[in-house]
Amino acid sequence: MSEPLLAVRDLRVGFVTEGGLLQAVDGVSFDLVPGEVLAIVGESGAGKSVTAQTIPGLTRSPNARIEGSARLRGEELLEASEAELRRVRGDRIAMVFQDPMTSLNPVYRVGDQIVEAIRAHRERVGEEEARRLAVEMLDSVGIPQPERRADAYPHELSGGMRQRAMIAMALALDPDVLIADEPTTALDVTIQAQILELLRRLNRERDLAIVLITHDLAVVAEIADRVLVMYAGRVVEEGTLDEIFYDPQHPYTWGLLGSLTRLDRERPERLPQIRGAPPSLLDLPAGCSFAPRCPHAFGRCTELPGLKARPGEASGHRDRCWLGPEEKRGRRELDGRIGLEEPA
Amino acid sequence: MGRFAVRRLLAMLLVLFAISIVVFLIFNVIPNSDPAQRLAGKNATPQLVASISEEWGFEEPLPVQYWTMMKKVFSGDLISYNSRQNVDEQIAEGIPATFSLCIGAALIWLSFGILFGYLSAVKAGRATDRVLTVLALVGISMPVFWLAAIFLYYLTFEVELFPSGGYVPLSEDPLGWAYHLVLPWLTLAIIFVGFYSRVLRSNMLDAMDEDYVRTARAKGLSERRVRIRHVLRNSLIPIVTLFGLDFGAVLGGGAILTEAIFNLQGVGQYAAESIKNLDLPPIMAVTLFGAFFIVLFNALVDIAYAWLDPRIRLEESAR
Repeated sequence: MSEPLLAVRDLRVGFVTEGGLLQAVDGVSFDLVPGEVLAIVGESGAGKSVTAQTIPGLTRSPNARIEGSARLRGEELLEASEAELRRVRGDRIAMVFQDPMTSLNPVYRVGDQIVEAIRAHRERVGEEEARRLAVEMLDSVGIPQPERRADAYPHELSGGMRQRAMIAMALALDPDVLIADEPTTALDVTIQAQILELLRRLNRERDLAIVLITHDLAVVAEIADRVLVMYAGRVVEEGTLDEIFYDPQHPYTWGLLGSLTRLDRERPERLPQIRGAPPSLLDLPAGCSFAPRCPHAFGRCTELPGLKARPGEASGHRDRCWLGPEEKRGRRELDGRIGLEEPA
Repeated sequence: MGRFAVRRLLAMLLVLFAISIVVFLIFNVIPNSDPAQRLAGKNATPQLVASISEEWGFEEPLPVQYWTMMKKVFSGDLISYNSRQNVDEQIAEGIPATFSLCIGAALIWLSFGILFGYLSAVKAGRATDRVLTVLALVGISMPVFWLAAIFLYYLTFEVELFPSGGYVPLSEDPLGWAYHLVLPWLTLAIIFVGFYSRVLRSNMLDAMDEDYVRTARAKGLSERRVRIRHVLRNSLIPIVTLFGLDFGAVLGGGAILTEAIFNLQGVGQYAAESIKNLDLPPIMAVTLFGAFFIVLFNALVDIAYAWLDPRIRLEESAR
């Protein structure tokens, strides 16, 4: 395994609110190696966006309490000065956000916004060269007539084109890591597929490492190499794509997978759902935070389980649940809908 | 753009026409406004009044009288019923003072409004913001007549720092011009500074939460560049609207009190005196003068808006 590009260790992010300290992220760790696509999955409020945005320092504020470590090629980001972080942002870690309608500034031309990103980091690149590079980038993300589109204002482009433009802007400086925060959520399904296809192509061609934040397991299945399932600020399960989809260990993951529509099965009357709602981060239950919604909860769940691999296995497939491996297998199969068949 | 301008111009003319009709009719229904009586003087005989009425055409039907008056307004032959002086000349004499007052005050309120609003937003919640907030509220709460009186009392009477009034033409003595205008400028501008800084502050705080600002930070721009190019630039759009409307309104009569208190002999002061005397010709001319600027700046705001916010251009050209 190659040296991790990005190593996050025990990341904790809290926000001081009127209701007390809101622990949005509580001890998240992961490694990202070059060329890898890591998906962070979870419901709204699971802490996935906060995790992603904290790495390049976008959540810093007087009310934020950030602990732990995030190293990019060994360089600590959480303690870096604002000036050091500014050099990292956009240049080595680039970001694409959920809503391309609002993520581009409506009053500037698309090309100028890309030029601005380039010139923020490459003082020696002239206006014209930056512009040429911007057009080139627009072309490489599949925008037709890139010369003309560079002169367009964001509102003159469709949602899919805008997201492509955002990706072009993010990749203009050839970053090490792309953080894509729900990049397809605001788009139509067909456009989603195109954007995912584009991300996968860029991942392969440029060996670009991607942290993909999403709540959509279908998106994960398309593109991810490894998956982190988050719930209420903690990682509850992590593993490779196959491990998560074909051998899920945590009841929350079962619930997520169970709520997917399946083309290979008869359509149920109603899609299965995870009962209840995620807990308030200001008032988390003691122990496993999923226990109140978990149909398999038992006495021990009032203690917080650690994120562990199964006994005797040294794999990267770990989960945060007290149930034993045999119990898990039994209950998962009892449920019938959960987990997919053996890998093809 | 051309069609847009033509349409706005036609609308402007229509508005001015409507205003002139309203002024004319109001004047003809208020009591004690018979122009013949005024022209004839205090001890006039009924015969004299009747002959003046005949001679000036006050017996004619109202549309004819209106037509005659409007012709005179635009040919420069309009005569005051009280002083018998030429109205257009009087207005022309007042214009330098009025423009000096309004443009100077506008520059002050725009630059300080933006400066204070920006500082307040950037330092939101901190001491600078709190002090500026209090100052802005104080500024908004001080009426012109009171503020002018305070200035006059303390800065010209108690401490003889500034002249108490009067207008010195810019061409004669630039320093004297500015020196005489400092207090009127401040009097007129302070309320707007307070108001604009509050509006800009809240616009900027809203804009700071916008996704495109997060994108700008994620690009690695400096905080200063994010604030100016992305937050301030987008927050200025509503300020431009406000400014156009306010500047038009100030030119069109909003500066009357300031002009009168500081005896600047501008158009506003002329209007105030004419209204006091129920003197229709200058009231008509001054109203049209004021309305013209209000309507003109309304149109300019629309044009500036389209220039500042590209989303509007598309809607226009698609129509």
